[in-house]
Amino acid sequence: MRKLVFAVAALALATTAAFADVIADRQAVMKENAKDVGTLVKMVKGETPFDAAAVLAALTALNNNVQKIDVAASFPAGSDKGDTTASPKIWEDPAGFQAQVDKFKAVTAAAVANPAQDLDALKAQVGAIGQTCGTCHEAFRVKKG
Amino acid sequence: MAVLRKLAIAALALGGAGAAAFWWLTVPEKLGAETLAALGTGDATRGQRIFDAGGCASCHAKAKSEGDARLQLVGGVELKTQFGTFVAPNISPDAKDGIGGWSLEDFANAMLKGVARDGQHLYPAFPYTSYARMKPADVADLYAFMTTLPPIAGKAPDHDLAFPFNIRRGIGLWKQLYLSDEPVVALAAGTPEKVLHGRNLVEGAGHCGECHTPRSFAGGPENAQWLAGAKAAEGDGVVPNITPEGRDMSGWSESDIASYLETGFTPEFDSVGGTMVEVQKNMARLTAEDREAIAAYLKAIPGRANGFSGSQPKPTG
Repeated sequence: MRKLVFAVAALALATTAAFADVIADRQAVMKENAKDVGTLVKMVKGETPFDAAAVLAALTALNNNVQKIDVAASFPAGSDKGDTTASPKIWEDPAGFQAQVDKFKAVTAAAVANPAQDLDALKAQVGAIGQTCGTCHEAFRVKKG
Repeated sequence: MAVLRKLAIAALALGGAGAAAFWWLTVPEKLGAETLAALGTGDATRGQRIFDAGGCASCHAKAKSEGDARLQLVGGVELKTQFGTFVAPNISPDAKDGIGGWSLEDFANAMLKGVARDGQHLYPAFPYTSYARMKPADVADLYAFMTTLPPIAGKAPDHDLAFPFNIRRGIGLWKQLYLSDEPVVALAAGTPEKVLHGRNLVEGAGHCGECHTPRSFAGGPENAQWLAGAKAAEGDGVVPNITPEGRDMSGWSESDIASYLETGFTPEFDSVGGTMVEVQKNMARLTAEDREAIAAYLKAIPGRANGFSGSQPKPTG
């Protein structure tokens, strides 16, 4: 009996620890995305000058990062618990969440295939990317106190 | 026996007095002549800005509407709260199902006093507690704009509320506590016009306090905790503290706030989320001056500790 309790407790601990890693990993991905998007937004806001090479580099890095998103690996059942702002809706509506991830992949892929050559084009591109961020965060992220 | 009869009469009299007091305290009160005179004639172009600042389409157009569909105010969006489910009505200019038959005076009474054309109280899910602080001329502008929108037939379903919240007359008592046209944040004489304009937008049409200010057990705003953040009305999340003390925005400059409202990106390049997504889309339609005014006001208000750590009732809806 004692062994069983120990085994269950160990398993529970291991699971929590595993989710902590999953959560940390997906937060790291989001931070990377924010860094690349930041490069683009700063140009849109006029804080840095438009630079086509830097646009392509940021879009490429963003797209590489986004194409790697694997919902099953990064959002296993139970990983809504812990230090995360992932909404339970991710697991209540997995198809809806996957559709948002696919949309994100399509938007960044399209941007890399046709990177902005001037500021106006960049504004449109950043607008499309930002809207994709917002639509997914509207439904699938929850702020916690 | 005589004693009992006297007691019964006294009880009846008291009950009657109570009923009379309830009746008197809950009479739907309409606007006075002075405010009606201040409405003016209204300008549709200016009214469009108020329409966007208020985000009217977010509740009164069908959910997720884009483009011209945003201007079809057929209603139907549900707000699930601890009191029950509120359903936004049709406010398109349709004469039968919408508010096409409403005069400017009717419209202003709804916006500023929470009273419908038929004289009944409106539920404060329609945030007239905020709109009461709007300038009458802005209300007239909004009316002028809304009359230009397409009339759409179709009535939205009724609210589905639990007793006693389903008794409209009771809203009169609620208004005694919470309905005021006085500004929430008193600003000193000589406050820059920009901040005053921001106050007008945030406290009035923008109705930011409806989500960002915690509510009392009766569902009224706790203005001592103005914009200090609150538990979300729907779901398990929280709405951030947007006073200068708030963790989410504490390091933000005025231009950071204005930029967030325009682009949806935080200074760390995170994106807007939750119900703010819809609000930010509306804010992006305002002028840069409006967004800067909102930012200036948010930097000028008193800082407050988080309003979502208190003991508000958890929504059961």
